[in-house]
Amino acid sequence: MLNKLILANLSHRPVRTLLSVLAIAVEVTMILTLVGVSHGTLDSTAARARGVGADIVIRPPNSSVMSSLNSAPISDKYVAWLASQPHVTVATGTAVQSLTFPDSITGIDFPTFNQMNGGFTYLHGGDPQTDNDIAVDEYYADQKHLHVGDPLKLVNHTWRVSGIYEGGKLARITVKLSALQAIMPGGEGHVTVIYGKLDDPKLTPQVVASVKKQLGNFPVYSMEELASMYSISNIGMLKVFIDVVIGVAVIVGFIVVFMAMYTAVLERTREIGIIKAVGGGPGLVLQILLRETLLLAILGTVVGILMTFGTKWIMRHTVPASLVQETVYIWWIYAGLIAIVGALLGAVVPGYKAVHQDVTEALSYE
Amino acid sequence: MSDVMRSAVSEAEKPAQTEVEPIIRVRGLTKTYRVGDVDVHALRGVDLDVMPGEFVAIVGASGSGKSTLFHILGGLTPPSEGTVVIAGKDLAHMNNRERTELRKGTVGFVFQKYNLLPTLTAEDNIRIVEYIGGRSTTFSPEFQDVLKLLGIADRMKHKPRALSGGQQQRVAIARAVVNHPAILLADEPTGNLDSQNSAAVLGLLRDLNRRVGQTILMITHDPDAASYAGRSVHIRDGRIV
Repeated sequence: MLNKLILANLSHRPVRTLLSVLAIAVEVTMILTLVGVSHGTLDSTAARARGVGADIVIRPPNSSVMSSLNSAPISDKYVAWLASQPHVTVATGTAVQSLTFPDSITGIDFPTFNQMNGGFTYLHGGDPQTDNDIAVDEYYADQKHLHVGDPLKLVNHTWRVSGIYEGGKLARITVKLSALQAIMPGGEGHVTVIYGKLDDPKLTPQVVASVKKQLGNFPVYSMEELASMYSISNIGMLKVFIDVVIGVAVIVGFIVVFMAMYTAVLERTREIGIIKAVGGGPGLVLQILLRETLLLAILGTVVGILMTFGTKWIMRHTVPASLVQETVYIWWIYAGLIAIVGALLGAVVPGYKAVHQDVTEALSYE
Repeated sequence: MSDVMRSAVSEAEKPAQTEVEPIIRVRGLTKTYRVGDVDVHALRGVDLDVMPGEFVAIVGASGSGKSTLFHILGGLTPPSEGTVVIAGKDLAHMNNRERTELRKGTVGFVFQKYNLLPTLTAEDNIRIVEYIGGRSTTFSPEFQDVLKLLGIADRMKHKPRALSGGQQQRVAIARAVVNHPAILLADEPTGNLDSQNSAAVLGLLRDLNRRVGQTILMITHDPDAASYAGRSVHIRDGRIV
């Protein structure tokens, strides 16, 4: 019977109900989209790193996993040195130049890179053949509407698109290593990251330890170790950012529900008086308001989750190379709980007001 | 007539027996409101007995204290001093929770402005009171008879805005008696009705009293309305006169 009353109350003011549900939905979408993009971007980065096919990775001294790679401080002699180490079958160096976030251009030594993993799978065209050629993955090509032969201006240089390849391997934008080294300040004879492939992947820890011992201050990782480090918990700033957005979302939910329930309580002063007059106690009045709030929050969560598919579709079709949004199912529960907590907090003051309303005054309320 | 009605009618006959206790006993009731720095004495020592099965009208002009008396008897507001015993329960010593319990099962209300929940149908307005009273929300055959008596059995699926004032007040009466309260309190039940509907509603209250034995205490300023009651008590300046 109470549920019937609650549904009747919500349908009695459809616009207010719709706005409340939408506001909570936006809150949920905000959280899920941020978390989805964070996970998606990191996971796709990790997947592209794995796609290189290397077993060990040497990065510049004093660099962290997520630090922006914008220089080539490692002498390319180390590439040959790594290739000469026991169990290393092939080594390749790449140079990385940052572009507008989150893009970067990567210089590749295609012969060794292709030896390591079979090379890119091209949908159109092929590897860069000259220092003016550039190859991009399908997502970047979609986002920039590029075709083979099109010009592309990056880092003050006009390139010609030589090929469009399947995504998921190393980088979205690639040129010949020598071409990028020539452009980067101090890039001649230097690389940013060195990858090595072993004859037996089981020996990775042993080879990593040996390389670390010999190179001293160079961060050396197994590829699995490196890929696992692309997680939100390893990126302090991102974690803080997500927490801030969640905090803002809770406040938004709180304010929306507070406003909605406060006006509802005011508007229903007489009805609350009637419920009390016929024997409804404070607990029942509060229960009605909280159940109504809970229903709004649940509806808002469901709509918010559905809207998240909308943001995912929009990103996939407008910025496929820049932002990758994943559906992180466990966060459906977290976002729902966050929305419910925010909404219930918003119902506390209106609920208190309703519970303490004087019956005789409420019944004479016009 | 159903067993319940017969039983209720036999209860109504009890006032003739001297040993029957009043269902409402009020002694030395006062109620003082504080308005700013001024004490307003709404009731100044009211004594009143109502026997089970009686239909009593409290008649008084505006400001006489009759609505305050209604609110106190209904457990809507506590008395300042005096004794108020309703169906054996002393209101003077009740806290909010106990007064809520009293409203849940012992008294039923009919208000001047009907006070139906606008979002619910007539039927659900009645059912929710059954629910609050902790009863089954299925109408008993006896209550179906009451609905027929009130002439609203075919209006149960309508929301209040689709009902006339007279029909809304009949729904309010049905709501007031659905939990079989010991006392039905009616505050100016015809105040918002035209004369035809007023006569019909007052006739229904009289029928409920006569046929079901429902004890009714009606507040009114209208002597014509009071004439439907078995007994009239006049109140002026917070005193029974």
